[in-house]
Amino acid sequence: MSAALLTARTISVVLGGRQVLHDISLALPASQLVALVGPNGAGKTTLLRALAGLLPSQGEITIRGDALSSLPLRERARRSAYLPQGHVVHWPLPVRDIVALGRIPHGAGDPARLAPTDAGAVQRAMQATDVADLSERRVTELSGGEKSRVALARVLAVEAPVMLADEPTASLDPRYQIEVMTKLRNAADGGMLVIVVTHDLGLAARFADKVLVLSQGRLVAQGRPTEALSPEILADVFRISAYRAEHQREAVIVPWAGI
Amino acid sequence: MSEESLMLANDQAARRRVSATLALLVLVTLLALVSLGVGPVRLSPLTVIEALFGGGSDLQQVIVREIRLPRAILGVAIGAMLGLSGAALQGLLRNPLASPSLFGAPQSAALGAVLVISLGLADVRSWTLPVAAIAMAFASVFVLLSIAGRNAGLLILILAGLAISSLAGALTALVMNLSSNPFVVLEIAFWLLGSLDDRSFRHVLLALPFIAAGAVILISLRNNLRALTLGEETAQSLGVDVARLRLAVIAGVALGVGGAVAVSGTIGFIGLVAPHLVRPLVGHDPARLLLPSALAGAALLLTADIAVRIIPATSDIKVGVLTSIIGVPFFLYLIMRERRSLSGGPA
Repeated sequence: MSAALLTARTISVVLGGRQVLHDISLALPASQLVALVGPNGAGKTTLLRALAGLLPSQGEITIRGDALSSLPLRERARRSAYLPQGHVVHWPLPVRDIVALGRIPHGAGDPARLAPTDAGAVQRAMQATDVADLSERRVTELSGGEKSRVALARVLAVEAPVMLADEPTASLDPRYQIEVMTKLRNAADGGMLVIVVTHDLGLAARFADKVLVLSQGRLVAQGRPTEALSPEILADVFRISAYRAEHQREAVIVPWAGI
Repeated sequence: MSEESLMLANDQAARRRVSATLALLVLVTLLALVSLGVGPVRLSPLTVIEALFGGGSDLQQVIVREIRLPRAILGVAIGAMLGLSGAALQGLLRNPLASPSLFGAPQSAALGAVLVISLGLADVRSWTLPVAAIAMAFASVFVLLSIAGRNAGLLILILAGLAISSLAGALTALVMNLSSNPFVVLEIAFWLLGSLDDRSFRHVLLALPFIAAGAVILISLRNNLRALTLGEETAQSLGVDVARLRLAVIAGVALGVGGAVAVSGTIGFIGLVAPHLVRPLVGHDPARLLLPSALAGAALLLTADIAVRIIPATSDIKVGVLTSIIGVPFFLYLIMRERRSLSGGPA
């Protein structure tokens, strides 16, 4: 893959004396939705945070050919946008101001006085996630589904080539899960590389171009969903069997029983 | 919502913030005029303005320009610095109960100053005093935030703050205990209560540069404080160097509070109260809160300093005593309001 947008070479992470990730290498191109799956404690969130440059790692990560460690914080933030788990917001700010925080890497300050390029990006992000109507509402007053859309708008407003999203569908009802994954799919179709951590193998199989399977800190499979989530991998890594089918020409994988 | 209506809503909110800030500015100006007129000789605001610009009798000019003006300037500067520090700390810790006095910063600054005085290192009007106060204030907030660690809960912060201010208080008591000169002890004891009495332009010159430096640092951090609304990790992912931000806030608060304490003694709770008073007016954005909170702090301290001169009492009440008497019940009210987050739930 010569046109890789994001590469990782032999990434290892040690946290609190324990090696959490072992020699992970990746090369991912633009315009892809990549699902990062694995059992609890496999190191999914750690890998995502390492790729975002939020924790120290050995090895080299590059985005658009430049080593992450050589880039200033601001420039890093312009190249990869990070959506953490849980959508924490500490102050009851209006939705518009939260989304505008995504423009900080581009030097934006007061959300009431955005430069036209920043205002345009905020507007596009809010339209893409259908939160324009919530603009004046306080984010703390929104429902879980609305909050997740606002969080998504905030990370889209960065307009970075790479998006790293940590369980964006957790604790959402099925309709919102599909909605969020559809928005991520749209972002990937629009040219972004979207890496999403998820526990939902069904969503991963249905929406992702590529699935990365982590187990005990090692990358044990990667490829198209049906290949990476093969019956053998599901048995070895997740210790489950699954119902497999095809519906509307998409892969269907429903975890069925523990083994 | 279309782009135009979005801008319109934006405009309305912005206009409300600007008018709230202007109203606070007018209030501070009026209070400063009243402060210049209040004392053993009462002067009307008009006489005060006249005397300020060289009119009126010589006596009136001396009273207004040399006796009361330094006091009013210190009231504005120190009150503003305390309000600003409170707002900045609340923004840094994403926590409406943060304030310099709850974290033991003024108490530690006072310890620094008391050490200098009692060891005879300097007289009460030398530069050594604010420098020692600033160093101790910096050390106290630094230790507090180091103990608390990243994403500290409310409970840890408040307990650590309690421990640090108790330690600073105990060490101050020890210094006074060991002091051989009873007059020095009395002097220190009164100074600790916090007051703006009998301050001269020497004092203004001593405190103002540090307060100004602290204020400039804190205000320059406003956009980073806003980014912290999403938590430290997300702020970091937006390009904010969170470790450096913490140090810069500590430095700004220490400079301002240390400089203030060095000339006024400990004046508590203004940093806690001021941000809460202005939040309903300007919203919760930690960046937009800074300036209005500073103005509210100035208004609070001026009001308290006017009140201690008006309240009839056999001996003069110290302004620091008054701010604590009003501030502590307010703190209790806030604890009641934040009960849920204090008892272990998500803050």
